[in-house]
Amino acid sequence: MNESIPLSSALEVWELTKTFGNNRALRGINLQVAYGDFLIIFGPNGAGKTTLLKILATIMKPSSGEVRIGGLDLKKDTEEIRQRIGVVSHQTFLYNNLTARENLEFYSRMYDVAEAGQRIHEVVNTVGMATRLNDRVGTLSRGMQQRFSIARALLHNPDIMFLDEPETGLDQEALPMLWQSLQNEGQGKRTIVMATHNLERGLELGNRLVILSGGKIVHEQTGADSDLSTLRKVYEETTKQ
Amino acid sequence: MRFWRKVLAITWKDVLSEFRTREIIFSVLVFTLLVIVIFNFAFGGGQDTIQMVAPGMLWITFTFAGVLSLNRSFIIEKEEGCLEGLLVCPVSREIIYLGKMLASLLFMLSVEVVALPIFAILFNLDISFQLVVITLLTTVGFVTVGVLFSALAVNTRAREMVLPLLFLPIVVPLIIAAVESSGLALSGESWGEIASWLQIIGAFDVIFLVVSFWVFNYTIEE
Repeated sequence: MNESIPLSSALEVWELTKTFGNNRALRGINLQVAYGDFLIIFGPNGAGKTTLLKILATIMKPSSGEVRIGGLDLKKDTEEIRQRIGVVSHQTFLYNNLTARENLEFYSRMYDVAEAGQRIHEVVNTVGMATRLNDRVGTLSRGMQQRFSIARALLHNPDIMFLDEPETGLDQEALPMLWQSLQNEGQGKRTIVMATHNLERGLELGNRLVILSGGKIVHEQTGADSDLSTLRKVYEETTKQ
Repeated sequence: MRFWRKVLAITWKDVLSEFRTREIIFSVLVFTLLVIVIFNFAFGGGQDTIQMVAPGMLWITFTFAGVLSLNRSFIIEKEEGCLEGLLVCPVSREIIYLGKMLASLLFMLSVEVVALPIFAILFNLDISFQLVVITLLTTVGFVTVGVLFSALAVNTRAREMVLPLLFLPIVVPLIIAAVESSGLALSGESWGEIASWLQIIGAFDVIFLVVSFWVFNYTIEE
């Protein structure tokens, strides 16, 4: 491992690769994220964003390379890492036939959340969904489900959150609420790694930005390095090949 | 204690979800009752014939009902997009396996509790305590293997087809033992006569519980 990387890094990725048969989805990703960073991953469809996040979220195993989350080895300390991360995906991971409260109670038990009732109220207030807690998830709009999904991911107060295109399927009314919830959770409170297609929102939320294309990081910058038009230009140039 | 709390949380979640939809129990129960009624008309002759074919009919019915039920165990997780949510939870895969197994066991036993008396009434047979024990032990064997293969099949394209193809060849010894012991139980034989078959069923349950526990991690992970 590179000695120059501080041990306090929330996330360290070294030469990460993932292949599916002959398809190389990730080709040697190197990434370091400090505690409190809000890292945005941009990239066209098929760039490897979801594969990268699935590996970081312990859902998928890498073909080669090393990943350390909070100093823990992804291969050896998987269960401990799972306790420290929160995952929000296109899918909400919520059961449609259960109420939001029942879903959150279920995940509280799985994550050993202390004083679950109180914590559930805290997280649903964070995402502004306290009034719909007793509704069955299947009866809620996609936007509401996604906000409960964020509440689910926050239940165990994770150090790091991985979000894979959380805006997928949300309407124009639900999007600002989602971004607001994420903005509240950012601000250095916890480390967030989010993949998105939305350059404007990504630039607004993230303090670090990377562009992934063809399974490689083709561009890296801090959030303050450029405005939207410059970022859009860089994005088009780097993802063209 | 924490281990079992999490196991029961998964079982409770599946039972509550099933209680709301009645998707598994209702469809499996309808299938089971229909098959029993059809067999009743097909073999509605003398009591000697019924005595001979009854164990086979019973276990054909429960086997295919089991396939229907077990198929849904992980497909529901996949369809609701919750399988990955379950996998990112900080719990060992054995917890997921046991939680799912207990839920499937409850679903199958619920169907059998209704189907067995109806079977006995339609075929004019007595349900002995021996038959109850055989049914219970065989059902444990079914779900032990079935949940493992259900997890394996869920990531395949033709998942509804894959489970019976994998599951049925493995449970053949269990079905044979169940049919033979049920035949003896329905004929009023003593425990001593049934013991050897019960031992086979018990050994199957223990061996496959250990094996499934051991390999479940590899079947559910990518």
